[in-house]
Formats: sequence, C-alpha cells, structure tokens
Amino acid sequence: MSDFEPDILTFCCNWCSYAGADLAGVSRLQYPTNSRVIRVMCSSRVEPIHILEALKEGTDGILVTGCHIGDCHYIEGNIHTDERMKEIVDALEHLGLRDRLHLEWVSAAEGKKFQETITDFVEKIRALGPNPLKNNKKEE
Amino acid sequence: MTKQEAITNEEAEELRIGAFICECGVNIAGAVDCNAVADYISTLPNVTTAVVNKYTCSDAGQEEIKKAIKDLDLNRVLVASCTPKTHEPIFRACVEEAGLNPYLFEFVNIREHCSWIHMWEKEDATKKAKELVRMGVARAALLEPLQSSEVPVTNKALVIGAGVTGMQAAMDIGDMGFQVYLVEAGPSIGGKMAQLDKTFPTNDCSICILGPKMVEVNRNPNIEIMSYSEVEEVDGYVGNFDVKVKHKARYVDINLCSGCNSCVEKCPVEVPYWEFNEGIGTRKAVYVPFPQAVPLRALIDKSICIDCGACSKACERGAINMDQEDTFSELEVGVIVVCVGYDVYDPEPNHDFGFGLYDNVITTMEFERLINASGPTMGKVVRPSDVVQPKRIGFVQCVGSRDVNSNIYCSSFCCMASLKNAQLIKEKYPDTEVYIMYMDMRTPFRMYEEFYNRARDMDIHFIRGRPAEVTENEDKNIIARIEDTLTNKIENLELDMMVLSVGAVSPESTEKIRQILKVSRAADGFMMEAHPKLKPVDTTLDGIFIGGMTQGPKDIPYSISQGSACAARATRFLAQGKALTEGITIAVDEDICVGCGVCVPMCPFQALKMDDDGKLEIIKALCKGCGTCAVACPSGALQQSHYKNNQILAQVKEVFAYEEV
Repeated sequence: MSDFEPDILTFCCNWCSYAGADLAGVSRLQYPTNSRVIRVMCSSRVEPIHILEALKEGTDGILVTGCHIGDCHYIEGNIHTDERMKEIVDALEHLGLRDRLHLEWVSAAEGKKFQETITDFVEKIRALGPNPLKNNKKEE
Repeated sequence: MTKQEAITNEEAEELRIGAFICECGVNIAGAVDCNAVADYISTLPNVTTAVVNKYTCSDAGQEEIKKAIKDLDLNRVLVASCTPKTHEPIFRACVEEAGLNPYLFEFVNIREHCSWIHMWEKEDATKKAKELVRMGVARAALLEPLQSSEVPVTNKALVIGAGVTGMQAAMDIGDMGFQVYLVEAGPSIGGKMAQLDKTFPTNDCSICILGPKMVEVNRNPNIEIMSYSEVEEVDGYVGNFDVKVKHKARYVDINLCSGCNSCVEKCPVEVPYWEFNEGIGTRKAVYVPFPQAVPLRALIDKSICIDCGACSKACERGAINMDQEDTFSELEVGVIVVCVGYDVYDPEPNHDFGFGLYDNVITTMEFERLINASGPTMGKVVRPSDVVQPKRIGFVQCVGSRDVNSNIYCSSFCCMASLKNAQLIKEKYPDTEVYIMYMDMRTPFRMYEEFYNRARDMDIHFIRGRPAEVTENEDKNIIARIEDTLTNKIENLELDMMVLSVGAVSPESTEKIRQILKVSRAADGFMMEAHPKLKPVDTTLDGIFIGGMTQGPKDIPYSISQGSACAARATRFLAQGKALTEGITIAVDEDICVGCGVCVPMCPFQALKMDDDGKLEIIKALCKGCGTCAVACPSGALQQSHYKNNQILAQVKEVFAYEEV
C-alpha cells in the first residue's frame, strides 16, 4: 500500500476555482502531481454521471470546486451544486464510496487554498487506499 | 487501446487533429519533457501531427498552426501551453483566421496546472502532461462548431461612484460623445479627495483643483449625475445591461433648492459631522454637504430630525418636502465602470497606538480636516483634549498596512501623505517639533523622492521604528516608547498629539455592488482585475471595468489614470456598437424533451420558458451557458454546447488511462 498513488480528478469552474488553480501555478505553489483538472463553466454543470463514471473507471478521489456561495458568476449555480453534491454523497454512502467525493469552494484569489485542498485530499485518499472498483476494472 | 477505439466520432468526416505543445521557453520545458509528450500524442488515434514550439503564442508559433491547418487539412487544433483564461481568445482567433471554426480549438493547460506546480518532479510532471493532453485529444475529437452571436450595444455608460476616478471616467466617456449616468451614494460628488487639505507632491489645495473638475462634470451635457443614489439591481450582459437605481429621499426637492443655507441656519438639531469632517465639528439635521458640493443642494437626516418645521418656514422656495420617498430609475446601458473607492482603516476596534483610548491620538483624515482652511477649525490645528495648538506632533506610519494583524499590503499613499502633512505643519507653525515614525519610507514616482528630500531639509525628525508602547500622562500628552532602529536608541518621546497614518481598506458598503455585478474579490478584499499586468482595469466580465481604489490602494494621479483607462476600455464597445457574446449556450433536443419544465426554475436568467403548447423555449440572448439546467434535465434533452455530456465523459474516461507505449 505504501507505493499507492491516488488518481484524483478535480472539476473546476471557469470563473473562480480554475482561476484559483491558475494563481497557485503563477505563485509556483507546489503540490502533488496526482490531480487532473476538468474545466466546466460552472460547478453546477457537474452531473452525477460524471462522478459515477469516474469512480467506475477507477478514479480514487473526485474533487468538485467552485466559487464561494454568493460569488457564483451565474448567481446561484453553486447553490445547486451544493444541493446536488449532498445527494450524490448520500448515494455514494450506500456504495461505500462516500469519502471519495469532496466539495470545496475556492475563489480566484485563493491559490494557496487550492494548493492545500489538493494536498489534503491526496493525503486523505492515500490513507483511504485505492478505489475498490479499480480492481474490478482490471479483471475485466 | 480498446478505450481509445471506443471514442469514435459520429461525424462522417475524418478527424485530423493537430497538437501543438508549447515549451514556453523553460516555463514548461523546465519541468515537462515536451518532446516526449509530442511523441506520445502522435501515437494517439486521430492525431495527424504533434509538434513542439518554443512559444506557440508567438507570431511564428501561430503561423505554424495556420500553415498546418492548410497543409495538413486539420479540422481540430489542440494547444497545450498556459491558461485558457488569458490565451484561449488568441488561439481561437488564430484558427479562425485559417478558416477553422474557433470552437474546434481545444486548450490544455500544462503550465499553471503542471510545470509550475511540479517544478522538481520532471518525470511525474511529464506523465501528467501526457495525460492532460490525451484528455484534450479525446475531447477535441468530439468538439462541434459553434457560432458566437453579435449583439447590439446600448451606447450609454453607467459609472458607479463619483470620486475623482469615477468623475474622470465619466468625463472621458462623455467627451467621447456617449451618454453617462454617474451614480454616487453620497449627497455630493467628489469623493475622498474633497476632504483632503493639500495634495502631494505639489501641495496644491485639493478642493481648489477638484472643485472646478466637479463643476465641469456637472456642466458636461453627456453626464447625468445621480447623487444620493445606489445601484440596486443589474441584469443582462455586455452591451445590454438593465440597471435599477434607487434615489434615496433627500426630503429636499433638488429642483427647487438653491443651496442657500437659510434652512440650515434655522435648524435646531446639531450632531457631530462624521460623513465629511470625521466627527470634528458639527452639522445640522438639514445640511449642505460642503461649500463646494455638486449638486449644491441641502438634504435632511431623517434619523435625527425632530419634525419642528423650522426649515420649511425658512425656505423661501418651498423646497423642503418631508413626505418625499425613495424613487427608482430603470436604466439601459452598454457598459459599467465601477469606481467605488475605499475607506480609511479604522484603528478604533484594536485601539492601535492608543487610538480611541487617548484623546490626542487622531488619524490622518482627521488631521486633513483640522488643517483644512474650510474645515471645522478654519485650518487652525488644535488637539482634541484641550483645543490648544500642539507644539510636538508625531506621525506613525503603516497603521493598518504592512501588518500581519491587520492588512499585509502597503497602502502606498500614506508615506507621501505624512510627508505632506509634516511639511504643512512646519510651514504653518515653524516652531513645531515634527516626528515621522516609519518602517520604510516609500516614495516612488516623479517628484516624490524630491518631496521626501524637501521634508528632510525642513528639520523634520525621522525615526526608523514605530512606538512599542503608547501611554498618556496627566497633561493628556502622549508618551510613545520607541526604538530608532538606525541608532538602536530607545526613548520615551513626549508628544502633544500623535497622528496615525492609516491605510486603505475595501469598504464593507461596496460588497453589495460587488455581489450584484459578480466581480471577483482579491485576497486583500479589493475587487479583482482580469489580469494583474495586461488587463488592470478589466474584470473577467465583458463590459464591466474597475478603476482607482476599487482595485486596491493608489494615489490620486494613478487613480485618475485608471479612470481614463476605464473610459477608453469601455468606450471600445460603445464606439463599435456591437459586442460578441459567447457561443456556449444551452440547446434542447426537441425529439427527447417531454416538456416537464423541471429546468425552467433552474435558470437564474429566465432564459428558459414553456410556451403555450407546453414546449420548451430557449431565449439564447439571455442564456449565459452555465449548464445548471442541463444537469437538472431528467431526459438528457438539454445539452450545454461545448460542455456536452459526451465531451466531459471523454475526459473523465481518458484521465487515468495512461499506458506506456
């Protein structure tokens, strides 16, 4: 287990968290190489199927990031994100995958927070171990 | 590679993807082996060519893309380089010039999201870059051409905030021939500059140079000043903003009032004048903001008015109207310029350097009002405890600035402000002992260092250090215990009055307008520009600009420059009369849609509605392309263009499918 490197997928909204990730880059804030970003216009574009497919594909952890409540470029998109993520987490609870999904608000000015969010999440998933669906996939 | 084979394209045309991997000098190549990335990418299905550029965004790089599109008949282009936030428009325009639809371009960020954050992990960074580009290739294969639409631009501007920055922006837009609504929350235009006594580095009288400018703004036929008014709502998009403005009740008809002050003389209610005089001196319940106010009209503070009617009787013009209510205007504008300014840091809550505990510790702004010839003391500098002229005055720098306990940023103008005030004291009362207690004196820009030298020649004492302890003696004098870090000498400096050189903070009152407009806020609390170097007055929102202190601490010349910059940037849209809106919107597949209407309340922009036949109607001009409704759609009939399910899922499936080849 010691050499387990988790695969992390991070959804970023175009306006806040993607810019926050950019700021982390511009500021040369170093963090683990485990995460890959998918950019969407708003965090509310992230569908349950995106998360379930990612888990089915063996992704070990999924981060959904967006603007802070009140700062959404689309007024209340992130409020819908918040509601939807709660429901998805409930569903994942039944599958024993609850801790593999995490929602975090990161503003365009929070490069440091983006760095810390990724770093902490990688550590959390590392401690959790590989996604159990990963092995199923390999056996196929 | 069964997975990649699975991603087949439904279109009949053969996919020909060109991938351009940018080294960005050593910015990317320093951590990512770009040649290895290109070699790997060229093995992927549908990739016609994969090349490495030194700088893909350079002229030569862009020419190479255009040439490849023509020579190799490419129908998709992928660039792996920096962030789409700055460079996507450049490459979209580039492929469009070569005849490709700009939405058939895919951007992969391997700099901010890879090389710069994994600077010492070359192997892992290269592997990650390969995966990111492979995700991009999978997505590029599924991209569809889109059309951005051209929308007409209402040729009027809204400027929010009429301090010196907003005034400059309004005048420049007005002078270019476009109508401007200048909305100011206070009862007069002029802003903070109207409160200052003199301005550095020339010691011009502030109101003497600002006053004529205020009159000029008022006279400009293209500017409509809306004082004592606030923006309540903003809807729409670049070129077509609908704005609701509240005009707060003044209880005085500004069309009848002449600003003669007869009502003020008769009013029996008197309170400290905080809004303009920092609580030094008083105003009445009915008052004219200040002698040079524009508009020069009275207003009534209803919260303290006792309804005695004395003002009504005194007013010959019958301008007093106690039944007045707030009114509202609906404006249509094409662009919005935000110049809402700053507040000075408030040292009261933390009692910085004894402020709020000891009478004779005051702020710079209080000092400005004291030394101002038209201020509450008619320019006589006196200390608060006994109204006696102080013989020993000390200025403490960086209060609320460059301090981990308050704000870490430098407020930039306070060194010069204290140098100016120290000089004014020496000129007015040459016998006064003046001390400036500082960490570093910061005097960039023309004539500023010379101004500092001038102060040094005027027998002003500079102590490099700030008081460690401040107490008060029985004479109400201030005892500042301070170490001069240049001489390592510690002394107890006795002062008659101490002035805190307070910095700038973003006002809480501007948070509402920031949220209405959805402008981002930076870590220091001020509003955030689109790019710190290349787009200093733009926001990430088309048609909305920020200038002056709204974006962070600045002095007057810098603020005025930004006001002009906002005007120039904003007027581009007004002069062209048209703007391009994003092609990314929502689309409905009518064959699948069952007309359940679940999506309709999801849209905060009212872009979705059910028509009379129970069919979903999409108003494209209102859709901003967030995709919120697409997720709500239970049948999958709604798809957000450019972020369709298959496009996102292609990335999801490719993300960790890396296999060494």
